[in-house]
Amino acid sequence: MDIQAYKGVWVFAEQRDGKLLDVGLELLATGRELADKLGEELVAVLFGNQVRSLADELASYGTDKVLVADSPVLAVYRNDSYSLALTELVNQRKPSIVLVGGTTIGMDLAPRVAAKLGTGLTAHAVSLKLDKDGCLLAQIPSFGGTIMASICCAKHRPQMVTVPPGFLKKPEKKTAKKASVETVKIAVTEKDVRTKVLEVFRQEPKSKPIQEAETVVCGGFGVGSKEGWKMVEDLAGALGGSVGATRPACDEGWAVQDEQMVGQSGKVIHPKLYFGIGISGVIHHLIGIKDSKVIVAINKDPKAPLASSADYVIQSDFRQVVPALISELQKIKK
Amino acid sequence: MCPINTVVCIKPVPDIRYWDRLSLDPATKTLRREGIPIVISPMDKNAIEEALRIRQARGGKVTVVSMGPLNTEDILRSAYALGVDDAVLLTDRTFAGADTLATAYVLSEGIRKLGNVDLVLLGNESLDGSTGQVGPQVAEFLGLPSITHVSEITFTDETTVQVKSNIELGFMRIETHLPAVLAVTGDINVVHIPSVWGALWATEKSIAKWTCAELGAETGRCGLTGSPTWVPEVAPIDVKRRGEVLKGEPTQIAVQLIEKLRADGVLPEI
Repeated sequence: MDIQAYKGVWVFAEQRDGKLLDVGLELLATGRELADKLGEELVAVLFGNQVRSLADELASYGTDKVLVADSPVLAVYRNDSYSLALTELVNQRKPSIVLVGGTTIGMDLAPRVAAKLGTGLTAHAVSLKLDKDGCLLAQIPSFGGTIMASICCAKHRPQMVTVPPGFLKKPEKKTAKKASVETVKIAVTEKDVRTKVLEVFRQEPKSKPIQEAETVVCGGFGVGSKEGWKMVEDLAGALGGSVGATRPACDEGWAVQDEQMVGQSGKVIHPKLYFGIGISGVIHHLIGIKDSKVIVAINKDPKAPLASSADYVIQSDFRQVVPALISELQKIKK
Repeated sequence: MCPINTVVCIKPVPDIRYWDRLSLDPATKTLRREGIPIVISPMDKNAIEEALRIRQARGGKVTVVSMGPLNTEDILRSAYALGVDDAVLLTDRTFAGADTLATAYVLSEGIRKLGNVDLVLLGNESLDGSTGQVGPQVAEFLGLPSITHVSEITFTDETTVQVKSNIELGFMRIETHLPAVLAVTGDINVVHIPSVWGALWATEKSIAKWTCAELGAETGRCGLTGSPTWVPEVAPIDVKRRGEVLKGEPTQIAVQLIEKLRADGVLPEI
């Protein structure tokens, strides 16, 4: 493969119901830096039906160009139509880097495209940089230890990466300079699509999303039982905060993964105050809480990694400490 | 109704209860897993459960397929204990060091060799890598449609399935026709505990082992050689903080902590 033939940084800017997702804009901000360092073009790729106005909006987020595929076949996301269309565009125009937001849809789309192209795809990158040869290094926290692995795709193009929402810095304000918008034709037709979307259901969350909470109380496997979990929830209640969970706690059924799982493949949070209860602190979780202002760890095990990543450490049984905390908090309230 | 033959791809992952014993080999930049038991990745267990449920309703066979070194047999035995009919281990030196693309390639060759497959199920993502990439990539190599984040599977006729596919703050209801690849989430069902009979059954069943040559797979697309991505560097992440230990009786600890949080300006107004 002639990797020199591949130039440019692409960002797949996902839209849903006619709204651009933040993660695409986050990728554009980082994509801008990468493109500048490489001296190459930054391109935002937009798929949808009658999305010209969104293309114009995208044009003001620091990109050099917006490629828009505007077609009824791309109206609602379907793996076949989107993956064929993106593969087709990549084959025609040969970008060096393709960044995709790690949403449920991005995580469904990107692997299929990478397999069609026979190229490398790195999932859940939390930061992106270039090596001395201009190859993309996608940084992934590696499980089990406090290490960051850099993953690279040296001999194949494009270099594909998915980045979960919330990790990269927020986009800068819209620029006055508008990028050019190019509408592209795609060959995909309804005949190529083997799935049918019968319904799209979305419900705004009843409570504030955990990413926006100022106080988050998280529980882990060490909470031990549904009864223990009640204490986690009670403390969150006493603090007026939200309840988060680690993956094992979600696996136990104490918490809802989609809404409450905190960490690399869950939600990234940055509260003022974070409590970790019965959490050992594998790196996947730590990476999702590292921007908390103050971290409190309650865990009987003094060797739990969370202890060394916390500001305050309480090495006692949470079943005793949490009720004491709640009662002291209630005293202040009175 | 015609029977449905399901293949479930399962991944061996280190048992989460021993994660603190995992360490990184600085020379090879791979994980040292010696002495750490492996288990079926949790969502793959949900996939097995779903396959068993479909077998119950429609008949047909459930076959589990895994790629890995010989000790991967352990999880295939666990799958037998859960009640699957057959187990195949894809094992070969050339498969080592595979990224998701090379893994998906080998799995797809295994499924192709099995033949007569109506449905491929797997967990939406693994406990360790959790990339969620293998499902769609297996589907691509088999030329089948795929749906990920599946939390409900319903058959509406012989070969038509309607699934609920989770998205942020909701779901999509999607229809497709078999054969297809579906990646299931942890909330699709509750995995049953294997019975004593299941455990006995597991010890008696044999596990087929297929090498690269037996699969007729291209060695250049397997393992490290067939993996476009690799790990050039690892670095420690600095997530260390002051780690001030608060001691005393629970009430003393509570009082100290509240004072400190107030001083730090993070105690919420309640």
